[in-house]
Amino acid sequence: MLGKLDWSAIPFDQPIPLAAGAVVLVAILAVLAWVVAKGHLPYLWHEWITSVDHKRIGVMYILLASVMLLRGGSDAIMMRIQQAVAYQSQGYLPPEHYNQIFSAHGTIMIFFVAMPFVIGLMNLVVPLQLGVRDVAFPTLNSVGFWMTATGALLVNISLVVGEFARTGWLAFPPLSELSYSPGVGVDYYAWSLQISGVGTLVAGINLVTTVLKLRTKGMNYLRMPMFCWTTLASNLLIVAAFPILTATLAMLLLDRYLGFHFFTNEAGGNVMMFMNLIWAWGHPEVYILVLPAFGIFSEVVSTFSGKALFGYRSMVLATMAICVISFMVWLHHFFTMGAGPDVNAIFGIASMIIAVPTGVKIYNWLFTMYGGRIRFATPMLWAVGFMVTFIVGGLTGVLLAVPPADFMLHNSMFLVAHFHNVIIGGVLFGAFAGFEYWFPKAFGFRLDERWGRAAFWFTFLGFYVTFMPLYIAGMLGMTRRMQHYDVAAWRPWMIVAAVGMAVLTIGVIGQIVQLVVSIRNREALRDRTGDPWDGRSLEWATSSPPPVFNFAFNPDVRGEDAYWDMKVHARQQSLEHDRPDYQDIEMPRNSPTGFVCAFFATIMGFALIWHIWWMVVLGGLGAWATFVVFAWRDHDEYVIPAEDVAAIDRINREERRGLVSMAGTV
Amino acid sequence: MNLLDPQGPVAAANSTILVDSVFIMLVIVVPTIVAILAFAFWFRASNTKARYQPDFVYSGRVEMVVWSIPALTVILLGGVAWIGSHQLDPAAPVPGTGSPVRIQAVSLDWKWLFIYPDQRIATVNTLTVPAGAELNFQLTSSSVMNTFFIPQLGSMIYTMNGMVTKLNLRADNEGKLQGLSAHFSGDGFPDMMFDVNVISPLAFPDWVAGTAKTDAVLNEASYKKLMQQGIERGRPSYRLEDPRLFDLIANQHIPPGPGPELISEAGRPHSGGHDAR
Repeated sequence: MLGKLDWSAIPFDQPIPLAAGAVVLVAILAVLAWVVAKGHLPYLWHEWITSVDHKRIGVMYILLASVMLLRGGSDAIMMRIQQAVAYQSQGYLPPEHYNQIFSAHGTIMIFFVAMPFVIGLMNLVVPLQLGVRDVAFPTLNSVGFWMTATGALLVNISLVVGEFARTGWLAFPPLSELSYSPGVGVDYYAWSLQISGVGTLVAGINLVTTVLKLRTKGMNYLRMPMFCWTTLASNLLIVAAFPILTATLAMLLLDRYLGFHFFTNEAGGNVMMFMNLIWAWGHPEVYILVLPAFGIFSEVVSTFSGKALFGYRSMVLATMAICVISFMVWLHHFFTMGAGPDVNAIFGIASMIIAVPTGVKIYNWLFTMYGGRIRFATPMLWAVGFMVTFIVGGLTGVLLAVPPADFMLHNSMFLVAHFHNVIIGGVLFGAFAGFEYWFPKAFGFRLDERWGRAAFWFTFLGFYVTFMPLYIAGMLGMTRRMQHYDVAAWRPWMIVAAVGMAVLTIGVIGQIVQLVVSIRNREALRDRTGDPWDGRSLEWATSSPPPVFNFAFNPDVRGEDAYWDMKVHARQQSLEHDRPDYQDIEMPRNSPTGFVCAFFATIMGFALIWHIWWMVVLGGLGAWATFVVFAWRDHDEYVIPAEDVAAIDRINREERRGLVSMAGTV
Repeated sequence: MNLLDPQGPVAAANSTILVDSVFIMLVIVVPTIVAILAFAFWFRASNTKARYQPDFVYSGRVEMVVWSIPALTVILLGGVAWIGSHQLDPAAPVPGTGSPVRIQAVSLDWKWLFIYPDQRIATVNTLTVPAGAELNFQLTSSSVMNTFFIPQLGSMIYTMNGMVTKLNLRADNEGKLQGLSAHFSGDGFPDMMFDVNVISPLAFPDWVAGTAKTDAVLNEASYKKLMQQGIERGRPSYRLEDPRLFDLIANQHIPPGPGPELISEAGRPHSGGHDAR
């Protein structure tokens, strides 16, 4: 009846996950109860859960990423404490638990923090920057988000029902094959990634289509803001790379469920094929994450320097170069597999070549600041912190691309330090910068600057105190994923890293406090103009939060930095025409398709993990039926009458006029 | 296990390349970081002495320079990588004094087996080698992937079931070193550290003779027992019955090692974890 599921799946003997699970469950129930009791449920359902508005979906992506950041961060804290105490002892985490934690940490941070965070920001901002009313496929967008949430939910269920993978975040076979990992951990891993991978792929298709096909009048390619370019590059990579991941995991699942031999030791299976395939996805993945961050920094540096981005075309070229080359370097993840020197050298050099366009980007940001009038608001702090930190990560990255150096450093703590250096220093700093920068756009009030600065400094310093010692530990021969060790020389560095982790944690708490404080003081922090930072691109040309239709009129773009030009134009001629001719606007209807699909996908995923076949059929049929119902819909749009558009737009227009005339006098 | 304290020519060359590469990059990186901080500080909005140039958004000369700097650095480092990859190919010979020592390393769950086919002995979790001689390693795995790595001798390499990788090293100074697995392989992974005893070439034959006196014999049967999942705290050594044992393992004549035994049908096998403790 319930497949492999029985009471032994609940880890009654392990207090940590059980307690954590209980706390989370109580918290969820409490929130639900509060929502129901206060009567917010209809609001949540109509305005958020079934919303197909790209801005709302973007916000939900970021919320998901933030919650999962806390989960992945807890894992990180536990790991750092374990390695600080597990010198000549077992520490407090037995291997089967510790191994789940580092596997979950990697999986969560990449797939359920970094990915949804950048996809959320792209969703929120890109249609606004392009001057359009929504993404190309609004309902698909909702499906994509809820599929990602399903994956995240399954990973969290594994905390208390069964186990998570104990194989590392890429589940290398043969360790991840049935003979060496007979538990459900790898199945949790693979199915949550398969389901969320569907979500990521449709998000990628959606955003590529949006950038390619939906741009407002005059917004040709070389007038798009940099963030739109990096979004295009990143999503092209998603569309090209994620099917590789899906196929690879599908083969692993065939091995595990149906006795195939793609990657087994026996019967001609080949683990090297898995390594090649997973990294053929895995390396582009790195750029899928970091390219949008580069875009965010481009926007932030330019806005807060009061200048257009230096070398815009050069930046476009660099972005697309990274996009293409990132597919040609995957082998540098396993120089130590014994490929010949020619192969190693060619992939090493290809990897270094990526450093050229990346270096160009750094210099172009540098020259954007040159001659600027730099305001150090929180987003700019993150940007400068990123530039300094990312260069260090780039240095160690190029070092690891030199095969003889990699022969010493591969899989070491040095490598761990390197990729945290670029992922925290690049992607996470970028996500935080984007969060601070676009928060006023999404919610209509700014975030508290003092807490923002405090959060930045703690995170920034905490990062260095945590990860510089890991570089040193790597130079002392320490390899990654050690549940305990007997080498005295490593110990002090592990203790320093744990201290750094505490500082980093304060930084994250600072950000939560910032959010709470800002929500409380929202009236004082209110931004009525829609343009709190003196921005340059079109997202600042509408109110904050933008109306559901984003723009009452399709903006007409005449150059790079579209909104900046409009402002300059308006100042010179001191006019924004008074009685615009408002039209009816058609917008897509909200749809529960995404949520219902995800509901059935969760059932199906859980049933697949536990071999509950009747439930698999049920979930599959349900998801299919949802799709059919959606496909047969009669009305998918509704009309906002011109009077309503006019009423909404006039308020914003008044506020903005004040801003423009004031700015004109300065 | 300090990488910057190499005890053999391979590690010395590796770490030289490592340090050189870092210095080549620091020449670019340090000025860039200084420039970032300096520009950010000088062009702060409150500095009235800084000249605001909102139209300085393109300069062909600057573009030329910013593409050239990283490109030239990468050309230089690419040369280092190309030459280094060829000179330090793990399979390339490392000439030494005396006759080379052939060692066949097998990663087991979770211990290292070192077979000396010419000496007809084998050891577990301890590797004894003569100083100055070329060490020819052939490596494979009994089950999952591992990486063979002696940090102070240099160049690590994967071990994979059904496949043989090659690695040549040399230890120059007598002493005790440590090796480890650098690729996660399951619950007992952290206990895959092994001792490396570098002894004088004169003492090596004595060590071989002493080891060969042991009663324990390594053959297919005892190997199969050894490859069961578990941790080896001792340092057992064996007489090698069949010098082709490694080939039997590598060509899967001996099937891959079994995984954990399932205690219950449920998703939570405990056996591996308990063994590890």
